[in-house]
Amino acid sequence: MTDFLQDQPLRIAGHAFTSRLLVGTGKYKDFDETADAIAASGAEVVTFAVRRTNLGQDADQPNLLDVVPPDRFTLLPNTAGCYTAKDAVRTCKLARELLDGHKLVKLEVLGDDSTLYPNVTETLKAAEELLADGFDVMVYTSDDPIVARELERLGCCAIMPLGSLIGSGHGIQNPHNIRLIIEQTSVPVLVDAGIGTASDAAMAMELGCDGVLMNSAIAHARQPVLMASAMKKAVEAGREAFLAGRMPRRQTADPSSPFAGRING
Amino acid sequence: MQIQLNGEAKHLAAGLTVAQLIDSLGLRGRRIAVERNEEIVPKSEHKITRLVDGDRIEIVHAIGGG
Repeated sequence: MTDFLQDQPLRIAGHAFTSRLLVGTGKYKDFDETADAIAASGAEVVTFAVRRTNLGQDADQPNLLDVVPPDRFTLLPNTAGCYTAKDAVRTCKLARELLDGHKLVKLEVLGDDSTLYPNVTETLKAAEELLADGFDVMVYTSDDPIVARELERLGCCAIMPLGSLIGSGHGIQNPHNIRLIIEQTSVPVLVDAGIGTASDAAMAMELGCDGVLMNSAIAHARQPVLMASAMKKAVEAGREAFLAGRMPRRQTADPSSPFAGRING
Repeated sequence: MQIQLNGEAKHLAAGLTVAQLIDSLGLRGRRIAVERNEEIVPKSEHKITRLVDGDRIEIVHAIGGG
């Protein structure tokens, strides 16, 4: 049988991934739940934040990097919480030092606390600096195709428009913009932020996204590990549906059973 | 001498190295990264980098995030 399910790997900055679902590590109850959810998601790329070490606490407390060991996952340090290009660049440099020269980062520069909407001016500035310093930059941005084009032109290795606000679970609010970005972009496009449930992830993939990055949709589900499994299937299903090509929409009905040979004919 | 460590004032013996500071905090061998006055201090230089009065030191690690 022809192996028609064989897909190309997702290629980002020289890495090749089978899974097109990328996950975060925030908001989980504990590290056990984090590890179980990541395992159920099948994700190979896992993002995390960089923060000040708590001083004076038990030095033997478990570390996130024990849960997601760098030899088993492709780690994606992010700049969440940064509101200026300067802070984002500092954070990426700290992450590179933390991970012994690791170059792949998720750049996000935020505009304000209540929307966490990307500040694209600062994002462009930070991207330019990081790329000049040798980083591979996957960039979180608005769903504005012109900004996306500029970020690609600068050399970002993946463009990651929001579906809706971070942590909102409102899904993909402007699928038309996401499609415009996909059509014009040569590097991978991933929806990052806004996914609420499995159908949102499937929709992103059906639009032609190369992948989906999510955190809250899994971590804040009533049963995170089960939702992680659902998201794995949704991303796979959406990808296969995209590759298969959906049927054309019609204004009128079209019977699946033949008219010929009806007993009332 | 006094430094700013992760945003808080801290008094230290003069001439302490970054490596000695890490040891005194019980962080030896932990997965951390150190920044001094907004410049990375690579692991290979922890033992030879001496702190001076007024240094702003950040010690960071990985935590859950999306």
